[in-house]
Parts: sequence; C-alpha cells; structure tokens
Amino acid sequence: MANDVAVLGVGMHPWGKWGKPFVEYGVAAARSALDDAGISWRDVEFIAGGETIRNGYAGYVAGATFAQALGWTGVPVATTYAACAAGATAIDIARTRILAGLCDVALVVGADTTPKGFLAPTWGDNPSDPDWRRFRLLGATNPTYFALYARRRMELCGATEEDFARVKVKNSKHGLNNPNARYKKEYTVDEVLTSPMVSDPLRLLQICATSDGGAAVVLASMEYAKRHGVADPVRVSAVSTVTPTFPNTVIEMPNFSTDSAATVAQPELGFRDAIAAAAYEQAGLGPEDLSVAEVYDLSSALELDWYENIGLCKAGEAEKLIRDGDTTIGGRIPVNPSGGLACFGEAVPAQAIAQVCELVWQLRGQAEGRQVEGANVGLSINQGLFGHGSSVIVTR
Amino acid sequence: MTVPAIDGWFTDSALLGTRCGSCGSYFFPPERAFCRNPACGSAELEETELSSTGKVWSFSVNHYDAPAPFTGKAPYAVVAVELTEEQIVVLGQLSATSDPSALKIGDEVSLVVEELSEGSEEVVWKWRTT
Ligand SMILES: [Zn+2]
Repeated sequence: MANDVAVLGVGMHPWGKWGKPFVEYGVAAARSALDDAGISWRDVEFIAGGETIRNGYAGYVAGATFAQALGWTGVPVATTYAACAAGATAIDIARTRILAGLCDVALVVGADTTPKGFLAPTWGDNPSDPDWRRFRLLGATNPTYFALYARRRMELCGATEEDFARVKVKNSKHGLNNPNARYKKEYTVDEVLTSPMVSDPLRLLQICATSDGGAAVVLASMEYAKRHGVADPVRVSAVSTVTPTFPNTVIEMPNFSTDSAATVAQPELGFRDAIAAAAYEQAGLGPEDLSVAEVYDLSSALELDWYENIGLCKAGEAEKLIRDGDTTIGGRIPVNPSGGLACFGEAVPAQAIAQVCELVWQLRGQAEGRQVEGANVGLSINQGLFGHGSSVIVTR
Repeated sequence: MTVPAIDGWFTDSALLGTRCGSCGSYFFPPERAFCRNPACGSAELEETELSSTGKVWSFSVNHYDAPAPFTGKAPYAVVAVELTEEQIVVLGQLSATSDPSALKIGDEVSLVVEELSEGSEEVVWKWRTT
C-alpha cells in the first residue's frame, strides 16, 4: 500500500515496579529497538516521545529527554500526550513525517514510572480540573467507569462474572512465557472470582494495575528498509487517531455526563466502533483479515466490548467467543497473545507502543512461547482520556 | 450551614445544566461558552434545571476508598442515570439512604442534595431510589 511504512525495529524494557527513573526504561527500549533495526541512534532522523505526566518536567518533554539521554545529535523532536493513546499518537506523527518525505527513519519511545494504587488526579488540589472534580464529588476512580460498562454488559448481553474471569484466565496463560510481562502467573476462574471485590462487579484480578516499563519502535520508509536490506518488513498500514462524534452517548472517563442526544441523532458508529472502522478503512482491510489483535483490557470485561468494537463478532456475542476459546492462542482469532494489560499492568505512554511491538513479533514469527501461527495482519486498539482514539494495523 | 461542593452545578432540588437556544441540546455540567453541537456552535446557552428523576443506566459499588480529594468512606456507590427528556446520562453518588444491594439497571431514581461525606459541611447531588 502507498501509505505503508516499515517497522525496522522494536524493543521493550520489561514491565514491573522497578522504581527507577522513566528515562532509563525508555532508553533501554530505544537501544533495544535500534539494535533490532540494525541501525545506530545517529542514523535516526526524527524522534517522537510519548509524554508521561507523573514524572516532572522531564516527562512533559519526554521526546527531548530521551534524545538527551541517547546523546544530542540535533535530531528534530516531538512529544505527544494523549493519555493511553499517547504512544499511538507518537507513532502517527513519525509515520506521517516519513510519508510526507520529511525523514526516512524515525524512533518512537514511550516510558513510565507509576505510583502504587489507583491513579489519582495529577494536578494536585486543583478544583478547576475535571479530573480532580470526579474524585472529589463522585469518588469515581478509573475502575468505577470500567465497572459501569461491565455491569451494563451483564444486563444487556448476559455476561457473567465467570465470563470476565475467563478473559483474565486466558490472558494470564498467554503472558506466562512473555519475557516482558510483569505478572507471569496462571490463574483459575475460581482464583479470579475469590479475589477482593474492588468496583462491583469487578474484582482485583479483573482490573489492570499500573506499571513501570518502556517500549520503542523504529519506523522507516519502505525505500529505506529496502536499501537497508529488509525486503519484506512488517509494515504499519494504518494508524487511527479519531475523536468521538457528537453526541457521544457513552459515559467516558473522566466525564460527569454524556452528550445529549435530545436534538441530534446518535452517530451510526459509537466511539469505540469508529476507532476500529477508521483503521480498517485506512488499511483497506476488514475484521475477517485479522490474524491477531492486542486490545486494551483495562478490565477483563472491557476486552469483551473490544471484540465487538473491532468486529470479531456481532454486538452481544463476545461471551460466546471467550467461552468457546476463539480468542485463545490456537483459536480462530487470538486476542492479547502478549498477555495484555492483565499481565503487564499499564505504563501509560508506553502501552500503545508495546501493543505494536507484540504485533510485530507475532508477524515476524518471533513471539516465542505465545506465537499465533501464520499471523500476517494484526490490529491494536485503545482509547485515551477525553476522547483520544488509537488503533494501529500492521501487515506483512 | 452548608455549602455546595461545587458552585453553579445544582440547586436544592435539581441539577443545573444549560440548553442551547438555537439547537436545543442540553449540557451538564453547564456549558457556558458555546454549544458543542458541531452543526451549531451558538453562544445562546440558557441555564435550565434538568429532570430530577431518571432511570439507572448502570452503577458500581466501590469497596475501597478513592484517593484524595475524595473524602468519603467505602463502600459507596456511583450511579449513571439516564434522563429521558434530556437524553443524557449523568453520574452521581448513590444516596446514603438507599440500599445499593437492591439497585438494578432500569430502576427509577430521584435527585437529592446530601452531605458530600459523613460530617462534611459541603453538599452535593446524589441519586436516591424511589
Ligand atoms: Zn446548539
């Protein structure tokens, strides 16, 4: 496709709770991706960083922070923030610059060091911040929103707590052999269902933790990849970064309400459906072409929503997919072979990049111990606060 | 003496939203600048009380305290309530007088103004089962 760019290299710093500065994870991931690409940092013509908001000023200007740590080369830089979608937005900028002919090879890096427990408002005691207000007035933590969707799913689709637990069980098994995963422990449905209730109906083992970690990709023009001796690289064929369409009638974190649909009809596609639809349209592909997907399982229940959003099944049929093992490795369409957020926990600005790293390993046949056989089209998807959509399609 | 936990979002008996004088869209929290319907964008936003009853769209009971600036104690419930006329879903805590274990999607609830947390001078809107 004319709008493809090559993925020359991918790299990660393992997820965990290491307590080191985020820069170290980012640089480790970047060096690993550069080694994988077989190029030097001095060959890089553009660097994009995913911003972290919990690590002081160095995190706000993450792109330059990574560039300085790798050694100043004069390379042009951009830093993007889009919450959970930050990494995909950074990938999109790098890809767009390559497609525009402004550079041939670009490095994208995201890394985070996160505090323990629920994510609290970042701006401190600031009553004008909507994020502050939802904690103050409602006590609406992130898992509260995930729980609202989960309960809705139980009501509308007949999902059970066991179904949500099955997602965790599947992902925990997938992640067992992933060297970059933080949690490498296999769980049973019983263990999940006896873990402490956090935001009813979601239990501790069904909600993703926050983690430290770093991920990086090296992108290049197809011509550069060819010159570099890579004839058949994994390609980025689509990056969707769409926003919702008014009226957005699903309550979104950190909002107090939905848009009103009193006078304007709801859009044909809800926000999450629209994120995937835009990616498919760009790539000229459809759900039937997918071999593997990495979806944002902030909660085990949310993974089921994504099955429908990315078109793996019709609305209300996701429970059947998980019950039948369709989304387990070896099944019809494996989802989260990496182990997903269930095994990683979330390192916000790195996570969307990590999803792409996994898909690239899958398409290269290098996902040892968790390989989806014959994978040639992969899709990642997630959604950042306030309406940042993100989905990447990679092909080979 | 009680004070609202946030100014301009609710009265003693109703949520305060705004309604666009041009296209009729409702907004909560009150949008004061421009209508957010992309086909409209009017600056004629009039303050209006929203319906004080609605139906439960979904809810969750939290078993751990949220971090500061939350001042309440677990368990507490957060309810998403669908207002029929406004076609909007609004969040709120469940009233301390309502039993979360009896709550179901589709239940009718009505607005009440209550202390933000036990012993607080600040008050906030909550939803109560009817
Ligand atoms: Zn209007």
